Amino acid sequence: MKLIEGKLDEHHLDEREVVDVVVRFAGDSGDGMQLTGANFTLATALHGNDLSTFPDFPAEIRAPVGATFGVSAFQIHFGSEDVTTAGDMLDVLVAMNPAALQVNLANVVAGGLLIVDRGAFSAKNLAKAGYAANPLEDGSLAGYRVLDLDISAQTLAAVAPFELGHKASLRCKNMWTLGLVMWLFDRDRAATISNLRKKFASQREIAEANIAALNAGHAFGETAELPVGIHVYRVPKAKSEPGLYRNITGTQALAWGILAGSELAGIDVFFASYPITPASNLLHELTGRSDFRIATFQAEDEIAAVCAAIGASFAGSLGVTSSAGPGIALKSEGISLAIATELPLLVIDTQRGGPSTGLPTKTEQSDLHMALFGRHGDTPMPVVAPATPPECFDIAREAVRLAIRYMTPVMLLSDGYLANAAERWKIPDVEEFEPDPVTFAEDPSDFRPSNRDPRSLARVWARPGTPGLEHRIGGLERSHDTGDISYDPANHQKMTDLRLAKVAGIADDIPLQQVDLGNNSGKLAVVGWGSTHGAIHQGVKRARLEGLDASHIHVRHLCPLPRNLGELLGAFDSILVAEMNVGQFAGVLRCEFLLEVESLSKVSGQPFRIGEIIAAIRARCEAVEAA
Amino acid sequence: MQQTELTAKDFASDQEVRWCPGCGDYAILKTIQKTLPALGRRRERQVFISGIGCSSRFPYYMNTYGFHTIHGRAPAIATGVKLANPELDVWVVTGDGDGFSIGGNHMMHLLRRNVDLQVLVFNNEIYGLTKGQYSPTSRLGTRSPSSPRGSIDPPLSPCAIALGAGGSFVARSIDTHAAHLSSVVRAGHSHKGAAFMEILQNCPIYNDGVFESVKNRSTAPDFRLEVEHGKPLVFGSNRDKAIRLDRSSLSLEVVPADSGDVLVHDEGNQVLAQLLAAMGGPGFPIAIGVLYRSEQPSFDASFASRKGHSLPGNLAALLRSGNTWIVD
Repeated sequence: MKLIEGKLDEHHLDEREVVDVVVRFAGDSGDGMQLTGANFTLATALHGNDLSTFPDFPAEIRAPVGATFGVSAFQIHFGSEDVTTAGDMLDVLVAMNPAALQVNLANVVAGGLLIVDRGAFSAKNLAKAGYAANPLEDGSLAGYRVLDLDISAQTLAAVAPFELGHKASLRCKNMWTLGLVMWLFDRDRAATISNLRKKFASQREIAEANIAALNAGHAFGETAELPVGIHVYRVPKAKSEPGLYRNITGTQALAWGILAGSELAGIDVFFASYPITPASNLLHELTGRSDFRIATFQAEDEIAAVCAAIGASFAGSLGVTSSAGPGIALKSEGISLAIATELPLLVIDTQRGGPSTGLPTKTEQSDLHMALFGRHGDTPMPVVAPATPPECFDIAREAVRLAIRYMTPVMLLSDGYLANAAERWKIPDVEEFEPDPVTFAEDPSDFRPSNRDPRSLARVWARPGTPGLEHRIGGLERSHDTGDISYDPANHQKMTDLRLAKVAGIADDIPLQQVDLGNNSGKLAVVGWGSTHGAIHQGVKRARLEGLDASHIHVRHLCPLPRNLGELLGAFDSILVAEMNVGQFAGVLRCEFLLEVESLSKVSGQPFRIGEIIAAIRARCEAVEAA
Repeated sequence: MQQTELTAKDFASDQEVRWCPGCGDYAILKTIQKTLPALGRRRERQVFISGIGCSSRFPYYMNTYGFHTIHGRAPAIATGVKLANPELDVWVVTGDGDGFSIGGNHMMHLLRRNVDLQVLVFNNEIYGLTKGQYSPTSRLGTRSPSSPRGSIDPPLSPCAIALGAGGSFVARSIDTHAAHLSSVVRAGHSHKGAAFMEILQNCPIYNDGVFESVKNRSTAPDFRLEVEHGKPLVFGSNRDKAIRLDRSSLSLEVVPADSGDVLVHDEGNQVLAQLLAAMGGPGFPIAIGVLYRSEQPSFDASFASRKGHSLPGNLAALLRSGNTWIVD
């Protein structure tokens, strides 16, 4: 169905106490917006709000100063109720230059607050951003609350005692701005101050200058006479389950989930990868974790990465490889080898806008069909997808478990949004996880490399170095009974069927599909997978408050599908799949269950907005009623 | 398990060998099976990794651990095997097409990293298993199903590439020259690092006789030069020819053995190794033996030194690291 631009009609800043707020820090790629956002996020978490963040940065590392395509932004949505998306519209936009204002203004709610650095609104910068006239002076911002300050000059004055020089002094203006926004929402600066001292441990002066700027920005808010309608806003604490909390990005959660999986299985992990956006951060996160049973290897290319991982699995470690779409395509032949030889392997695809180089820093879910079907031969492979950044931890553990227990490659689909977005996480008690220790063959009597577990159908894992178990495996079809090369027609049929049955059988070992929000039957099921969870959740939640009969079903196991999924979906009058591709999962569901499935598709490189989901729900419910 | 008295038979698997009659691969297989017991290593620690092609069927015939993988990728898979378990003795078996066409990139990186394993390149200058197309080592003008009017791309020299990639052990031998091949393999095995061994191998079906001049008893003395560290580079049926450096052109020349300034082989001299690897063509012999050997840190040793230093990490502590807060 058509994607409708559904804006939520909310004016958060009219009251002194607000339920939730969306703030976006935007500036040049060199302006330090990501660092600013990260520190504001931490302060917000410590304040007790629920939150969701989304860094949005350009593919260019340092685009020309002042260019619209070089704008880097960090968005945070925080509040006193459950926050599951980075927010639709902005309540507060911090624009460090005209380009940042130009590209973000359309997303600011009417009456929203603009904090702009007047000092950066020079004729040159205005021209670069495509402004014929200065928007601060031509009345075009009349519908907003505007705080236009010469942040550059304020910062220079605040850090003057440190005599850093003009350029280095100006670099502190992000901290001045952060100080001001922290005053605006009553956040504590202590954690940021401690972070700055840590970050610039070897450059004491820089650390102290940044802290001075932070404090000056805060003091400015406290003392200056500000325009009417700009004051401190209170965002009450979120009601949360008791426990110990932290913020976590999807990438961090994936990395830790792999480490947890390794501990629970009692196995070494060999992580081989080749740099690619937005997947490289996982390599960075795991490298240097030498206190755990993991080794990381930066291979010469994507193919070498998957092959080295397969080699490690043959040798008795769990091979893991990670990439984004174009790199996963290159690994395809290797993955098929691991399927043919029945070796465990974890493949992580952090999806980005495609095809080809596409939108390297933007998010998309368009690799689903590649994950499910993108290999030569009949090559079934389990596919799993976490729904939120914290859930990456659980799904990574699950993927490790499946790979080892079923001696199979497993594909985990993350995406650019999940990888970079952060949410609050109630830290689990690791003692509660059930260990699932790996077993290797040791006994030479009756050993054949084709021996398998009758229940899981998993092939035996015999490590090189084990006396008496010398054997050969390979990509040629093997005899079901002996493991030797076999070109026998009936055997190939049998082995093909077996590979299929092994993966299909995993359906008995995964949870039945639950309804995330709503009922087990009804008018409309809104189905999603992966990072669309947050937007669908909010959309369905608000639709239900409007009295619409919609439920949210989010699928984590994409292959095999949960046993009850077809039956569950069949209990709804209408099924709508919202996904960031042109309807790939919708097609899978139609094909699998012969159900009528409507597709809500978005491929702009940006996550769904709540407003878009709710507009689609209203339209679907109307259509069902009319029918 | 006592394994001190293994024989060649212990290294032969129960699989029927399926190369064409007369293939040079048989001779290589036999030599490797005979040489392995002499290495005094445990059988279960021997792992043969191959890619795709005639040569890559090799692991199936060895009663060791083996992995017949995908085209060109054996070096990458072998790297993973060795890094995951450095105790293993890893052998890569590949060919000219597998190792230098589709898998050229991995070969280069395996060598520059200096992963401690043995690479056996069966060079028959042709694609055999796909029925005879010219390969990256086929001589210019090679007629084949895919080059009926003769190939137009010049060949590469595996040994020259290996040296260029920073290989720390580069050697060449001949399929049927069993004693020589065995000594090269033993030298390669004892080398700490990537031991690269090119084996000139006859394909009786698609490229028969391409190495005839260096293999035939009557012509070989004039067409091959067996290099030995510290010995002068002398060859010929009467040991009457020698290799000298023409200093004006920095190239090798063939001179009578009694000329002055005959080069003496030095395994540690990479420049000389490059000249010997590239040597060939009208009037020149082909150099066989260990062309180059130098002790360098192996990648797997450096890799191992980086991991597992402070085990065991505490997962619970990791999850609680950094900023956390309590909700009552």
